[in-house]
Amino acid sequence: MMNDIFHKRKKSLNHLLDLRKPSRVEAKITCPHCKEEVLVRQVKENHKICPKCGFYFPMTPEERILSLADTKSFREQDKKLRTGNPLDFPEYEEKLAANEERTGHMDAVMTGTMMLNGIETAIAVMDGRFLMGSMGTVVGEKIVRITEYAGKKKLPLIIFSASGGARMQEGLFSLMQMAKTSAAVEKFKKDGGLFISVLTNPTTGGVSASFANLGDIIIAEPKALICFAGPRVIEQTIGQKLPKGFQRAEFLLEHGMVDMVTERKDLKEVLYKILKMHR
Amino acid sequence: MEKQNITAYERVLLARSKDRAGIFDYIDALFTDFIELKGDRLGKEDGSIVGGIAMFHDIPVTIVGQRKGKTTEENIKYNFGMTSPEGYRKALRLMKQAEKFKRPVITFIDTPGAYPGLEAESNGQSTAIAENIAAMSSLETPVISIITGEGSSGGALALGVADKVWMLENAVYSILSPEGFASILWKDSARASEACDVMKITAEELLEFGLIDGVIPENENMMETIDGMLLAAIKKLQKLKGPAIAKNRYEKFRRIDGAYVGK
Ligand SMILES: [Zn+2]
Repeated sequence: MMNDIFHKRKKSLNHLLDLRKPSRVEAKITCPHCKEEVLVRQVKENHKICPKCGFYFPMTPEERILSLADTKSFREQDKKLRTGNPLDFPEYEEKLAANEERTGHMDAVMTGTMMLNGIETAIAVMDGRFLMGSMGTVVGEKIVRITEYAGKKKLPLIIFSASGGARMQEGLFSLMQMAKTSAAVEKFKKDGGLFISVLTNPTTGGVSASFANLGDIIIAEPKALICFAGPRVIEQTIGQKLPKGFQRAEFLLEHGMVDMVTERKDLKEVLYKILKMHR
Repeated sequence: MEKQNITAYERVLLARSKDRAGIFDYIDALFTDFIELKGDRLGKEDGSIVGGIAMFHDIPVTIVGQRKGKTTEENIKYNFGMTSPEGYRKALRLMKQAEKFKRPVITFIDTPGAYPGLEAESNGQSTAIAENIAAMSSLETPVISIITGEGSSGGALALGVADKVWMLENAVYSILSPEGFASILWKDSARASEACDVMKITAEELLEFGLIDGVIPENENMMETIDGMLLAAIKKLQKLKGPAIAKNRYEKFRRIDGAYVGK
């Protein structure tokens, strides 16, 4: 039933918390945040949020789309795009293969179109599991393609970011994707397109300092780490511990950097309202 | 080019040397009538960025460049060339002003990276960099960037979305410092030298990749060379209308795909 969201069936992810798979009644998992044992079933029924402490488990692109899209409405684009390893970086191909095996994706973003309560929209969801959601040439190219597609078809664009930053193994090619993606969303916005950026845990480095923070409207998930320089780098720089909650979604909201912090259970409704007002 | 057989890491050290020309050396050698313009109009002035207007031959231009100190005192004042959001916002203000008056923008890039500090993060370092990159990509006036020393990370790219990107022979341009790279990838910042060999950060390598447009030899004629290159490029770009310049720039960055495989 849940698989019906996807036009074509995707390879099962063999993930304990995979929302599309039924779980054994008594299966448990230890919450990485509060370290309590919680029922997998309960976590899944609760938008992948720990029922004990409210910790947000990361969502896969499939799960995110599942949580938003109308039945059978998602059409994936550029599924087969794969990096050409532009620097000929040692052991990179092996790493990519292992990540593909684990996630079922060829790189760190899934893009396509879908209907959200009857409104057609372009969507990109980054996969934080794939080499930490880092942006290399494929992420850059796919983000640009879906943005240009949305521009051509006059669709709104929603991008869910989850990224550790630049793809180390692609060096300066990776840095240039910041320019490429920012240029694309800038053009899309100037031409009248609506870009809603949703920042999820973590959105950092090169993704944070490019398209992710260029949304017409920027929504953050509760407690998501959103920053340019990571907490460890800053602690090294200033030589002291960071204040609690620093660089978290609520902190950014307080500092005027995001429009709102929205809980998962409310996200679809908020997105729908925004989309409705821009039809 | 003379120093062909030096290693990438030796170039990093050269690029960081405090004896290297700084922003005011370029301003003095290449321009006349420089007038410095300061402030982000939002509450701060960031000394790590020098901005202003000047004459280049008979052409009024806008100059934006990163500044490192030559002494400890200066370094503290200019934060070692590490720019804060306020600096990027000042740069953006001046570039927008250049666009209004159809002045070419020339940026000089030399930074170990955007400032990774408490206040910089609180004031929206990510947003400031993203907005500069986005605005530069659509600026309807010629933009030329020269990486004179260290071009490190988004902190460099925030001034580097240009029609022509040139590097000095011993400059380096990278996603982050070799130390940072080694620390992330191998959990050992001491392997910086090794990192340089796989990162591909030298002018020569990046020109070969087509990621930059030219290499400037570092010899006694360097300033004359830059002068000639700038003049030729600006004259050529000025023949185009603003929107055409911006469109070409968009296409230029749009094409950088690292030869991905698939459709
Ligand atoms: Zn918990």
